[in-house]
Formats: sequence, C-alpha cells, structure tokens
Amino acid sequence: MDTLIYLIQNMLPVAIPLLLVALGGMFSERSGVINIGLEGIMLFGAFFGCMTVLLIQDSRINAQIILLIAMLVSALAGLLYSMLLSFAAVNMKADQTITGTAMNMLVPATILLFAKMNYNSDGITTSVAFYIQKVPGLSNIPIIGEMFFQKTYLTVYIGFLILIISAIVFYMTKFGLRLRACGEHPHAADSVGINVYRMRHSGVALSGILGGIGGFFYSVGVMDGNINGHTGVAGFGFLALAVMIFGQWKPWKIMFAALFFAFLRTLAYSTSLIPMFNKMDINQTYFKMMPYVATMVVLVFTSKKSRAPKAEGIPYDKSTR
Amino acid sequence: MQNNLFSHQNMKKITKSKGFSSFTAALLAIALGLVFGFIVMIIARPSNSIQGFSKVLFGGFSRIGDVFYFATPILMCGLSVGFAFKMGLFNIGASGQYTMGMFFALYVGFMWDLPDNIHWIVCVIAGLIGGLLWGLIPGIFKAIWNVNEVITSIMFNYIGMYLVDMWIQGNGTMYISSKTRTAYLPASAQMPSLGVRNSSVNISIFIAIAIAILLYVILEKTVFGYELKATGFNKFASKYAGMNDKRNTILTMAIAGALSGLGGAFAILAPSTIAGSSMTYEPISVIAPAGFNGIAVALLGSSHPIGIIFSAVFISHIQRGGTLTALYGYKPEIIDIVIAVIIYFSAFSLLMNTALGNFVKSHRRKRGQNTDGQESDFIEEKNNPIMETTRGENNSEILENTGSHVEVEHKIDEIVNHSEEA
Repeated sequence: MDTLIYLIQNMLPVAIPLLLVALGGMFSERSGVINIGLEGIMLFGAFFGCMTVLLIQDSRINAQIILLIAMLVSALAGLLYSMLLSFAAVNMKADQTITGTAMNMLVPATILLFAKMNYNSDGITTSVAFYIQKVPGLSNIPIIGEMFFQKTYLTVYIGFLILIISAIVFYMTKFGLRLRACGEHPHAADSVGINVYRMRHSGVALSGILGGIGGFFYSVGVMDGNINGHTGVAGFGFLALAVMIFGQWKPWKIMFAALFFAFLRTLAYSTSLIPMFNKMDINQTYFKMMPYVATMVVLVFTSKKSRAPKAEGIPYDKSTR
Repeated sequence: MQNNLFSHQNMKKITKSKGFSSFTAALLAIALGLVFGFIVMIIARPSNSIQGFSKVLFGGFSRIGDVFYFATPILMCGLSVGFAFKMGLFNIGASGQYTMGMFFALYVGFMWDLPDNIHWIVCVIAGLIGGLLWGLIPGIFKAIWNVNEVITSIMFNYIGMYLVDMWIQGNGTMYISSKTRTAYLPASAQMPSLGVRNSSVNISIFIAIAIAILLYVILEKTVFGYELKATGFNKFASKYAGMNDKRNTILTMAIAGALSGLGGAFAILAPSTIAGSSMTYEPISVIAPAGFNGIAVALLGSSHPIGIIFSAVFISHIQRGGTLTALYGYKPEIIDIVIAVIIYFSAFSLLMNTALGNFVKSHRRKRGQNTDGQESDFIEEKNNPIMETTRGENNSEILENTGSHVEVEHKIDEIVNHSEEA
C-alpha cells in the first residue's frame, strides 16, 4: 500500500505536463495542423517560466504565487513561440513537420547560448520550494488524502482544472465545434462561413499556451524548478504526441493515456525502491526505455482504427476543389 | 540562337530549372539564417559582433582539413534524410541510426582482433549494419502497421541512445568509468589519415562523396530509384501502377539507416591528431546532434545527392567558424541557432522564392515591355493559353509537393519552346 501511495504521489506531477501538452497537441491537430514542435514550445515556456522565478524569487512573495505568475509568463511565451508554426503552416503553407523540427532545434541552442554566456552553466537553476507537504484540511482524509493531497505540487490541481476547461471548450462551445470541423473537412467548414485560417491560428495558439504551461510544469514537477539546455524536456513533447494518439485525440481518453505513461515512467525511476523489482536485478536502463517502447506498442495497436483528424497536415488552400 | 550558350532562351531555361530554383531558395534560407545569427550575436555581445560574425563566415577557411573531417558524418546523415525524403518519408531518426552505427563500429574495433589492413574496413561495414538495423525497424512499422515514421524514429532515437549508453557502460574493455568515456581504439581500427597537419581528415570523405554519386546513379538510372521518386510524388498513383510500396518503404528506410550508420562509423573511426589516442564517445544520455544537422543538410541540398555534398561542406564550414567565435566570447551554440533558422526557412523558402520571383517579374512588367522585346515573359504568358491554364493548376500543386511545382513550370517552358520552334 505504501508503494502504491508513493507511486501515485510521484506519478501525478509527471502526468500533468504530459496531459497539458497532449491537450495542446489535440487542439492543434483537431484544427488541422500537426504540431511536432511541442518539444520546443515546452522548453521555451519552461525557460521563460524559470527566468521569471529566478527574477522574483528573492522578493518575499509566497512560493505558490510565484508559480502562478511564472505560469502566466510561460503561457505567453509558448503562445508567441507557437506563432512561428502557425505563420509557416497556415500563411506560408509550409511543411509542418519540418517547421516543427526547426522549432525543436532552436530552443535548446538558444538556452545553452544564453545560460553559458550569462551564468556559465548549461541552464537555469532556481531555489524556490514549490513542494506542498500537506494540503490543509483535505490531507487528513484517509487514503485519498494521502494519495492526492500530500507531498505534491500546485501544478497537479491546475492541470486537472485546465483539463476540465479544455473539455468544456472542446465539446460544449461553438468554437470547439468549428475547430473540429476545420480538422476534418476544412472546405465544408469554409462553405458555411467559418474562417479556416483563423481557426487554425487559434488551434496552434492554444497548443502554444498549453505547451508553454506544460513545459514550466515539467520543470517544476520533474526537474525541481530547474531547466537544462542539454537534456531539455527529455522527449516529453514527443511522448505527449504519443499520449495524444493513444488518447485518440479526445480529452478524457488523453487523461488516462497520460496517467498510464506517467505511471510507467515513475515505475522506471523508482525500481530500486520497490522490493519486487529490486530483487529481479534488471538494469535500470531497460526501465528508462519503457515509456518509449510502450509508445511503439501502443501505436501498433491503435494505428488500425486511428481516429486521426482527416485534414491534419494538409495546408488549407481555398482555391482547391 | 539555339547554339549560343548564353542566349536569352538558354539563360531562361537555366534560371527556370528545378535545380536553379532550389539553389536560390537555399541561398535565401542561408542568408536569412545568417542574418538572424548576426542579430543574436549583436544582442548577446554588441561590441564584438562584427569580428565574431566574420569568424562565422570566414573562420572555416583557416581549418580546411577540419571542415572536411566534420563534414563527413553530417554528409552521410544528410544523404540518409535526403534519400528518405525522395520517397516522401521523413527520417528524423538519423540520430539513433548514427549512434547505433557508431556502437557497432566501436564494438568490432575493440572486441574483434583482425589483421591491420582490413580491421577498419570491417568496422565500417559493422557500422553500416548497425544503422541499417535501426532504420529497418521504423520502415517495418510503417509498411506493416502504417505507424507514422516520424514518431517511430523519434522513439527509436531515445531507445537507441539508452541502449548504446548501457551497452558501452556495461563493457569493461570499451569503457573507462573513471573518465566517463570509451577507451582508445587500437590503431588498426582507425581510418587512414590524409596527412593534413593538426586535422583528423581521412579517406572517409572520399568514400562519402563516392556514396553520394552512387546514390545519384541509383536515383536517376535504376528502376528502384524511379519507383522511389514516383512513390514520393504520388503514392496512390505509383501503387496503382503496380509498384510494391511496402517493399520500397522498408528498403528505403534500411538504406537511409545504413547511410546514417556509416556516418557514425566514420565519425568514431577517424584517426586522432595525437599519436596513441583515438576518437572517444561519452555516454551522457544526449541524442546525437549529427542526425538533426543532417536534416538541415538534406533540406539545403534539396535532397539531391550532389547538392547535399556542397551543403554538408557549407554547414561544416560555418560550424568550424562558430567554434572560433569563442575567441570573442561567443559560444558555438550560435551555429545551432543559425542551422535551426535555416531549416525553418527551408520549409517554405521555395514558396518565398517563387513569390519573390513573381514580384520581380511584375516590376519588370510595369517598367514597360519595350526593353525586353519579343521574348519577355509577359508576352509569352499572354500569348500562350497553355501557360495560363497550367499556372492555375500550379497553385494546387504547391499543396501536395513544393518540388513538383517548379517541375511543372519547367515542363511548361519546354512546351512553350517547342511550340515556338514549330
């Protein structure tokens, strides 16, 4: 039981970045733009989030307030950076995969250049304790209190809040319906007066906001408030794409997929603490590879009945058809 | 008129050809990338920016040997990415294949005891096999289960990186844990040097160029190459024509993997400038950057094997220049930024190029047709209905494939020329 509680406590802060970034990918792809640059967007958001933390950590602001301020900054940074993709993909009708790859390469180099020239290090190190030992009141509930309201981060609750908001926007608003139409059949959407270009811009912008926040939450929940140009976000942007595919481009399924992947990763990094795995004496690297191998297995099983948006990856041109 | 090489018509043929168009597109992307790099340098350290930037541009000339040494692996990765591009596959997994090839070469170099003159050759072949296996897997996933090769090869970048790091760290002969790097390779496993002083440049650059030419021949002169390009242009049409797309996908990815694997082998088997040492590998859980530089190389060379040779040398040149900017307080990462920006603009520079061309053309039109006389583009366009209609279709062509757009234009030119001759 203790092991399970330990795993869940550690899994949630890891699951949230995956969840948010996968939701971002969902908004982008359901509007018809493949966003493979999520890795870069995450790192860009994390970089600006950590910079904000670094700048205000010496003032006497409460740690959780600092987190909220930095979150807003990272959302803005992600939004601005994602405009590189929407400009290239929507306005210039460029190859979306190549554009995304360029975006992924640009950020680590920029962070390394900046950090090496200014701090003589490979990244940014902050010293704010975002960790919440016990949530007052709620943490006293037996079992559930221990699982969800002890030794955690504020990011977990914000993450689930964003999930609920995303699902509402996605399924219950006019905007969500129009967005989905643009990813399935943009010409039909255009014929009934929906501005496909604007919808795709908004889809990518939402993925930028969620990607930026997700990146900052990664640095808070996984890296203890630091960010490093060499390791970056360790492929979380790509894993989030796999989570999105596994979740069949639907918010609630994406949540379960994110929890599944986060569970695998947490398991991989805490094998030495679990007696059963510790006894088997398997090289830990095999466990570290597990999320990536699991992605492959999952993709093989889901590719046959894939619910991918029909028009994703194809630039929209009014003059065709 | 036809005999004169520099006649107006001939010049127009050249300037309108696919090769020329992608050449100017590449130049445009490079120029934008360098301008962006210069701006970053000005922001980072204004006082030294001019000297630093001139090092980026010209610094490589003082290290010609190193330029060619560092060009070899990215040339191989560029060929790998470009070859897959020809079939419409995006081989983002060149890094993993490169790492795998490097490991196989290292393994044979350390563990097999072979005669001096064939040891390095076997190592190179081992590298080829390692990369081939790692490219084969995404190919099989794509062909059999229709899993997008981009995601697969990214995942296999990570899996390959972790595997290689684990295998190396677990091998006492190969790994010196106190120095966190591999031991020195025996001299027999290192490739013959070209004898340039203070440089590791070796015969692999010639092997790489020979392979590029071989790929050109395969693409242009063989049935397989034709099928590959046909699948890249329109996979449904080529399937309808009876081409085995599954087999071709697997074969293409395997060849692409083998090319990257060779790149890894060439990088690690290079002779060291210090006697008694060798190139070493540090297992630090970082994805090899060579594969991503290969994407830039392939895009700049517009996936043409011969173009890729030049773009690899160019990228290597500015990388060498970038390391020299350290003299003025900059970091070599500046070049990674330039490369990323070049890739970004390469994604739509062909379109920008066309737009720029149209802009210039319309300017010329406004200045009056008298100066251009009979053969001005304006009159041709107006007089020839074929031109007008196909132009209209062109726009839709851009959608599917930016490359085909120019090809269509080229064909129109030929039609126009024929009708004129008649």
